[in-house]
Formats: sequence, structure tokens, C-alpha cells
Amino acid sequence: MAFMQKFSHFKLPKDRRVLVGISILGFFTFVAVFAPFLTPYGPHQVSGPPYASPSLQHWMGTDELGQDIMSQVLYGARISLTVGFSVALAATFIGSLVGLVSGFYRGAVDETLMRLTDVVLILPALPLAVILAAYLGPSVQTIIEVLTVTGWPLVARVVRSQTLSLRERPFVDAERVIGAGNGRIMFRVIIPNLLSLIAANAVLAITGAVVGEAGLDFIGLGNPSVVSWGTMLYWSQNLNAILRGAWWWILAPGLCIALVGLGAVLISIGIENIFNPRLRGR
Amino acid sequence: MENDAPLLELRDLTVKFVSGRGLFAKQVVTAVDGVSIAVRKGETLGLVGQSGSGKTTLARAVVKLVRPQSGQVLFKGRNIFDQRGKEAKEYRRQVQMIFQDPYESLNPRATVERAVEEPLVIHRLARSSSARQERTLNLIRMVGLSPEAVSKKYPHELSGGERQRTSIARALAVSPELLLADEPVSMLDVSIRIGIIDLLKELKRELDLTVVFITHDLGVARYFCDRIAVMYKGRLIEVAATEELLRHPVDPYTKQLLEAVPDPSRSAREKPSNIQEG
Amino acid sequence: MPLLDVRELCIDYRLQTGYLRAVDSVSFQIDEGEVLGLAGESGSGKSTIAHSILKILPRSARVSGSILVDGTEVVRMDDRAARAYRWKVVSLVPQGSMNAFDPVITIGSQIVESIRIHSRVDKAAAWKRTRELFSLVGIPDSRAKGYPHEFSGGMKQRAAIAMALSLNPKLVILDEPTTALDVVVQRQVLGLLTTLRRDLGISFLFVTHDLSVLSEIATKVAVMYAGRLAEVSTREEMFASPNHPYSRALIHAIPTLSGDLSLVKSIPGVPANVLSLPPGCKFHPRCPYAFDRCREVEPRPQRMDNGSIVACHLFDRGGKAGGE
Repeated sequence: MAFMQKFSHFKLPKDRRVLVGISILGFFTFVAVFAPFLTPYGPHQVSGPPYASPSLQHWMGTDELGQDIMSQVLYGARISLTVGFSVALAATFIGSLVGLVSGFYRGAVDETLMRLTDVVLILPALPLAVILAAYLGPSVQTIIEVLTVTGWPLVARVVRSQTLSLRERPFVDAERVIGAGNGRIMFRVIIPNLLSLIAANAVLAITGAVVGEAGLDFIGLGNPSVVSWGTMLYWSQNLNAILRGAWWWILAPGLCIALVGLGAVLISIGIENIFNPRLRGR
Repeated sequence: MENDAPLLELRDLTVKFVSGRGLFAKQVVTAVDGVSIAVRKGETLGLVGQSGSGKTTLARAVVKLVRPQSGQVLFKGRNIFDQRGKEAKEYRRQVQMIFQDPYESLNPRATVERAVEEPLVIHRLARSSSARQERTLNLIRMVGLSPEAVSKKYPHELSGGERQRTSIARALAVSPELLLADEPVSMLDVSIRIGIIDLLKELKRELDLTVVFITHDLGVARYFCDRIAVMYKGRLIEVAATEELLRHPVDPYTKQLLEAVPDPSRSAREKPSNIQEG
Repeated sequence: MPLLDVRELCIDYRLQTGYLRAVDSVSFQIDEGEVLGLAGESGSGKSTIAHSILKILPRSARVSGSILVDGTEVVRMDDRAARAYRWKVVSLVPQGSMNAFDPVITIGSQIVESIRIHSRVDKAAAWKRTRELFSLVGIPDSRAKGYPHEFSGGMKQRAAIAMALSLNPKLVILDEPTTALDVVVQRQVLGLLTTLRRDLGISFLFVTHDLSVLSEIATKVAVMYAGRLAEVSTREEMFASPNHPYSRALIHAIPTLSGDLSLVKSIPGVPANVLSLPPGCKFHPRCPYAFDRCREVEPRPQRMDNGSIVACHLFDRGGKAGGE
């Protein structure tokens, strides 16, 4: 009951951009979940001639083995979105935790955590990814881990900055004066006021993760036998799809990545309105 | 405790701040400079000063939001900065504060009801959750708000006056003995200021409060306070009973301050002297 | 001819949901050498009027009525004429201007820049003028090359006033010029304004929520409520015997240092919310004298025998009606 009350101030977003964003992500999620029902072919099933252009049998054409590209897109969505959502969740969670603790307690705790954050931030992401992937072996799991590791520091910085500013606000002073201890202040006051920032970051992280996944697959750090949008781009690149005129092989996964990225950005733009009771208005 | 002993006593209180960090020159600012004053139980003491006078810092020291460099703050004879554990928590029940900015002093993510009941929860002051809810609603009513109208509202949905009333309800939830009010009306519209002050007057009487009222507005101080203490650049300049201070100020700064305050009643009676008619 | 003649001024702001009337049929005048205090609480529309005189409202705002400055119609002025008019005939010391100085440029340079934006003078002439202005407002010449953080609050306000005086305007609008100042510094700034008025013959429009300040400086006081004019009276009249119930209540809501404290009373209710105004007189929900007509018909400002203008049904049909 109390839980429901917490969300009772959820207003259904009237902002058109948010609705578009939700629709896009919703669409792709639906497509990923119901892939088997949406296409007659399996992703690895050779169902037509190789490099066939889009036709009624194959809406997005076929690849070099004659596998249906649209099936690959639909099944690939599963991997790409899984990576996207998991990384977003994990990186945001870790980053927020670090940022919150760092910003709230300050002092030695802050110094230590920020040094750690800086170290990870300073390391160039791509070489780091390559090294980690080489160490952990090429797989979807690896990609999730790598992206999370390179992704959390940015969230930590942002959350820390907001925490620092929140803890100086008079209502935090007021909490102390009425006798609230650190724990209460952190959970009842700081975190609820960070939620919209965290949510916005989390959604935005989806974009970075999906693009990052594609990027890592593209350079060969992923498992090429797994079908995802990134590996599709990997294969199409390796087999010179462009030279063969098989533009659909590149366009399909590329467009999906772009759309998901766009959807996430649109949602994050409108998140302030979903979570916050209202931005200040005197 | 004898009736003569002050409820709150400041002895040579000094609070300093260091400004500037890192490469910038560190400057030490003495916000409160050796202030000694006693607050008697049941009185309303006005702490008057302009910005930078140290009055807010002094109040923050009394509620332990800042630590002094030297000097003491004694509440009922005990040094508040020596308190530990239970005694420290008990202090939070005995001394409360309302802040200047009606919006910024309430958690934007908490409803009126949640904000007002929170001290009750922290100090476990209700036998059951229904008792607590009832006390919360009574508190909201006590400050002149209608629980049906505002309980579930968030600060941004309230007017400035309503927000301040909510802050007052929250502060009084623990039935404190001493209430500090830091410029509680200076950010409110002129027409409603006296309404809030009248509320404080009434609550003070009903709940037997002692009040330290911080303001830069001498007119309001005159309206509400029994005694007025004047501060300037961290120092206590003069303390006297209200009418005495206003009619026979001793210190030159006090005199300058009183001279500078625009007095519509005066100009309503006088013919214009220093302003030429067009 | 009055220096400033505002007639039936109406200003609407454009919102997502439509137009919001911020100022409704306001008329008042300022003669040469006068100081008109424009008083009101939040939502009264006083700042909006100040901005409209200088034509710095957002482009989407709708202005109708007439603003005559020294005979020139300002409302329908085009951009080019407005640029020629601003700062030379009327200038503004905006709200919070003492904090609006660029922190990395010296105050002197900023004033010079403002002079050169509004007129065609060379740098040397602008600096000369700046020095003149400094002495006019009482800032030592040595401070001309100082940065804002080196100036005290009062000095920054003086610098802002200096900037407004740079091209010898006839009317200077000041929006809450003393609100953030120490009461002692405030007294000095008010003294400065009085001196400027006496020596240079400048008129002032002093916009503030602090009525007591107006008792020091204004020759005439106009009180606004919810975008409408409630009363315009001389300073003496306004503070000794205000006519409109709102002005009366407002004066009595201010505890003074020497007045009778038992007369101090708050005004019940909350200040009008411009997004949802009641029908009829906007003040009627809070007015102790409200009667039926007040709830239905909005009172029009009327001139009384003693020259005051009051918009209240108690004073309908000219002259003072009874009703205490």
C-alpha cells in the first residue's frame, strides 16, 4: 500500500518526446521477446539465396550464407537489449552507490573513492576493453562486464556532484536539527532527490551500452557466433557487404542501434517530469 | 533547576570559518566573535543584525550545525557540545529551529504529512501509528492549515506562508522548550508576515515556548520580542528590553541602525523635510 | 505635460496554455522631478510595468494601451527607435543588478561598455563620462579599475545607478534597488537618489514591495494588486490615511518603530494567484468591507476630490464614501 502511494504521483508523461521514446524501446523489447513468433525463420537457418535483396520472403534480405537478416535482427535484439539494459542497470547502480557514499561522507572516503574513479576514468576505454576481453574471453558476458567497468565512473561523478550540492541545502540542515542521523538523511532525503538524476542516467546509459556493445563486437571482442546487432555489423564488415551491394545487411542492424539509442535519449529528456514532483516554481 | 537560571546561555562564543580552498588565499572569517548572552525561560529574545552580523551563524551553533572554535553554549546549564548519545538526541527534542527559506527548508520529495510526522518517528514519540497520525493532523491544524487540504501536498504545491507553517508544525512536533526562528518571514509577502508572527506568538503562549527570533527587520522585532540584542560583525553590541532599546539606545551603532530604518508612521505625521516637493 | 504618462496599459504574457493577463488597464503619471513609488507584492505586475516602459518584455508578450514618455509613444515603437530611446530618455536599474556585474571585468570598463553600446562616443570620452558618474554617485575615482568583488554591496548598487545615469536620462526606473541592502546602506542609497533628484532634476520610478522605503523617498505612491491599480496617492495621503482597503491593510501590516503596535494586523487569505483570479474586485476575498457589487463587478480607478485615484466600489460616484 505504501509502495503504491510512493508512485501515486506518477503522472503519465504528456511530453510527446517521452512517449515516442517509450514506444521505440517498448517496440524493440516486444520484438526481442516475441522474436520466434514474428519470423518463420531461425537466425541461423539458411532460408534463401545468399545476398538476396529485400523481398517479400525476406523483408531485409539475406546474408552471405542465405540466412534471413530480419530474423537476425529480431533475435539479435535479445542480445543487444540484454546487454543494453544490464549494463545500464549495473553501471548506474555501482556508479550511484559510489557517488552517493563519496559525496555524502566526504573526507577520506571521498578522496579514496574518487581516486579509484579517476583511475578507471583515465584509462583509455578501448585498450582497456581489449585487454579485459582478451583476458576474459570473447562472449556476451565479457562485453557486459567490460562496458560496466568503463561505464560506472561517469555516473559516480555525476551522482557525487549532485549529492554534494544536495547535502548543503537547508532541508538537510533541517533534518539534522530534528534529529535525523546520517542513515535517515541518506535514505529519506538524499536518495529520493537523486532518483530523477539516477533514472535519467540509467536510461542514457542504455544508449551508450547498446552502441558500446556494437562497437566491441565490431572490432571482434565479442563472440562472433552469437547473433547480435553488433556481430551482424562485424560480419557485414568482414565480408565487405558494401562492395557486394548488400546495403541492407548494414542498414538493418545499424538503424536498430540508432533507434534504440534515440529512444533512450528521448526518455531521459523527459524523466525529470516523470519522477520529480515538480521543478521549482515559487 | 532554579527559575532564575537561564534556559540558554552563550559564554564567549566564537565561530570562525576558513574561506578559500587550495590555491586561493585562505581567509579566516570570524562570524561570531566572543558573544555572551543569556536567554531566560519564557522570553522572546530578538537577535537583530544586518547581513554578515553573525546572527544566523550564532543560531546554527546553538542547534549544533556548526562547532565553535571557543566558548560555550549551555542549555539548562549543560554544555551542548559535550553531549553524547542519549543526551545529544534529547537535545534535538528540546531545541528546534525554523529556517528562512520556506521552500528550501522542506524536503521537496516529502508531503506535508510526512514532513510533520518525521520528528515523531525519529524520536518515537507516538505509541502507535494511528496515534502518530492523529498527532500529526493536530499539529497541522495547530499552525492554521487544513489537514484535508494540505496533508498530501508537496512543498511546491504550497504557498510560501503554507510552507512556513508546515516548518513550524514540524519543529513543534517534538514539543521543544526553545525555538529558534531564523528570519522566518523575510522571504514571505509583506501582507502575510504578521500572520505568521501572530501564529508564533500564539503558539509560544500555548506551548510555553522560549523563542530566539532572528531578523534584520527592527519593526518586526519590536512587534514580537521582549528583549532585543543587536549584533554587528560578529559582536554583540547591545542588549536591552525592546522599548528601552528603541527609545534610549546606548551604542552608536544601535543609534545609527535605528536612524536608518524607514519609519512610515513618522513620515505620516511629519511634513516632508529633506525631500523637496516637485 | 507629464514626463511619463501611462494610460490603460494592459500586458499579457504568452504561456503554453494561452495568454495570461499580468497587467490590466493601469494608468498613472509621473511629472518631472517626481518620485513615483510603485508598490505591490508578488504577482502584482509592478516589475512587468517597469520592463514595458523600457520595452524589454519578451517578444511574445502582448502590450496594449499607451505609454507616453516625454510625448513619445513607446508601446508601438519599432526596434530601431527603441534602441535610440533606451538609456537616453529612460533607463533601468534592474532587480539584483548589483549582482549582475561581470565578475571578470572591471566595473569601470563595464560602464564604459554600456555607454558605447548606447551612443557613439569614443573610448576616451566614455571613460571621462564614467569618472564623472563615479563622482556623481559617490564612488572614489580610485575604484574605477576595481573588480566587482572588491566593491561592497552598497557601492555596487551605486555603480549600477551610475550605469543607469550614463546618458543623462530623464527618468530612471529602479526595480527593488535596496531590497538586498543593509538598512544603513539603504539609507545612504536613498540619500543619493534624493540628491540626484535635487541636483539633476531626474524623475524616478521606484518599484518595490517594501512600502516603508517609499515613505522615505517617494512623492507619490501607486499600489498595485493582482495586476490592477488599487490606489495612487501622495505620500502623505498614502501613509496617513490610505483609501483603498488593500493599501490600508498593507500599511497596517507593517510594524513600525514608533507607531501604535495594536493597529498592526495581518491581511487574511493569500496574495492573489494570477493564474486563478476571482471575478469582480480581485481583492474582495480578503477585504473586510466587501459587499455584493465587489464580487461581481471590477471597480474602475476613479479620481477623487483630493486628487487620489482609487479603484474601489466604496468610493464609487466620486468623493469619499463612508464605510470604515
